[in-house]
Amino acid sequence: MTNRVPVTVSSRKSRREFTKKVDELIGQNLESCYQCGLCTGVCPAAAYMDISPRRVIELARLGLEEEIAGSRTVWTCASCLACTVNCPRGFDLSKVMEAIRLLTLRENIDRVRPEDIPPEERWDLPQIAMVSGLRKLTG
Amino acid sequence: MGLAYYPGCTLKTRARNLEGPAVASMEALGFELDEVPRWNCCGAVYSLAEDDLIHQVAPVRNLIRVKKQGKTELVTLCAFCLNTLKRANLLMKEDPAKRNTLNDFIDEGIDYGGEVKVVHLLEVLRDEIGWEVLAQKVKLPLTGLKAAPYYGCTLLRPRDVAIDDVENPTIVGDFLRALGASPVDFPETTTCCGSYQVVSAPGDIPEYARPILSSALRHGAEALVLTCPLCDYNLGRAQKELARRQSGFKEVPLLYFTQLLALALGLGPQVCHFELNHGHPESLLEEKGLLSRVESVQPIGGKQ
Repeated sequence: MTNRVPVTVSSRKSRREFTKKVDELIGQNLESCYQCGLCTGVCPAAAYMDISPRRVIELARLGLEEEIAGSRTVWTCASCLACTVNCPRGFDLSKVMEAIRLLTLRENIDRVRPEDIPPEERWDLPQIAMVSGLRKLTG
Repeated sequence: MGLAYYPGCTLKTRARNLEGPAVASMEALGFELDEVPRWNCCGAVYSLAEDDLIHQVAPVRNLIRVKKQGKTELVTLCAFCLNTLKRANLLMKEDPAKRNTLNDFIDEGIDYGGEVKVVHLLEVLRDEIGWEVLAQKVKLPLTGLKAAPYYGCTLLRPRDVAIDDVENPTIVGDFLRALGASPVDFPETTTCCGSYQVVSAPGDIPEYARPILSSALRHGAEALVLTCPLCDYNLGRAQKELARRQSGFKEVPLLYFTQLLALALGLGPQVCHFELNHGHPESLLEEKGLLSRVESVQPIGGKQ
């Protein structure tokens, strides 16, 4: 489930800036996580992720933007908040997932393009799916 | 008694089987669900980023319209709408800086500070009517129906908007017991069905649904009881796919809690829109003798 992730060398300044941006978007301090991994244990989607939820926090506080943004983990998260209600530190990981999604979406890079959804799917999906999916996966 | 009511988009189309029986049941109990005038889509999901205030405008605008109606409580039926409206309400109540920015931006003539209480219909049944009174109104007890409550995510998470205990919710089980049914507990009752991932990764949804459906069946459930139109869509779609792929996989009837309420109150299948259900619940309900219409319910005294 958790594969080795190649690390990109980036300047210390850009790494600090990334961590600061994430901290601002989540309104919490990434340092408050003590890496117990309960978030990964309770996540129903962890099996489909290439970087575990716990590791997302670690990479974010190291400022390793490319490693997280390039993974499918934040796009696999369904914001079910199982991690949020179970964290012994009261840290809300769902906000980190959202922050990293937004940093990509705000560059006008959508994860889903409505025109790519097959017409029969578009016809079948109820509004609750379309609105929530497009809210989370497009800019 | 009139209750301000927010239906949300899907209840007017695919989830008419959630709304129709709720409106009829509450009317039979002496409560009218008054739709909020000019309600708009709540946005379905709550924005989690600190700087993303524009997506709070839609839910807050609805709350302002409730305040303008002179109501202090808003009833919701859809679990997603409940979550989004209740979280936006909490933001308006607890964050003065964001409240001021949103009030300055939204041009509805009045300021809003989180005055409206957002509740789910299950909370009205539990806290305002009470299980004992509800049980007295039952005309057709759902005796012998083994139904598993499936809460999903948004009724219970995060903690500050949960309608019941986050880890050990009992509200749907208590509701079913009041109607005479036998609730079936199973460990996956609050596990996510895959939610909006159905838009980007529809192929993954059966893998989310499989442990939920098989566990409910293993624990003896004859049907799943739902509150969320997205859970209904995902589980319904997934179990068709699983039945196609895996010989011997049994589809489970999926029912909204409001349909069981209407049947137990004796309102009959006419108000339930079973044609929109997944997993063919009508044959199960027929077998249990629960599809008949009986004498009308006496509305709750003093509540009209």
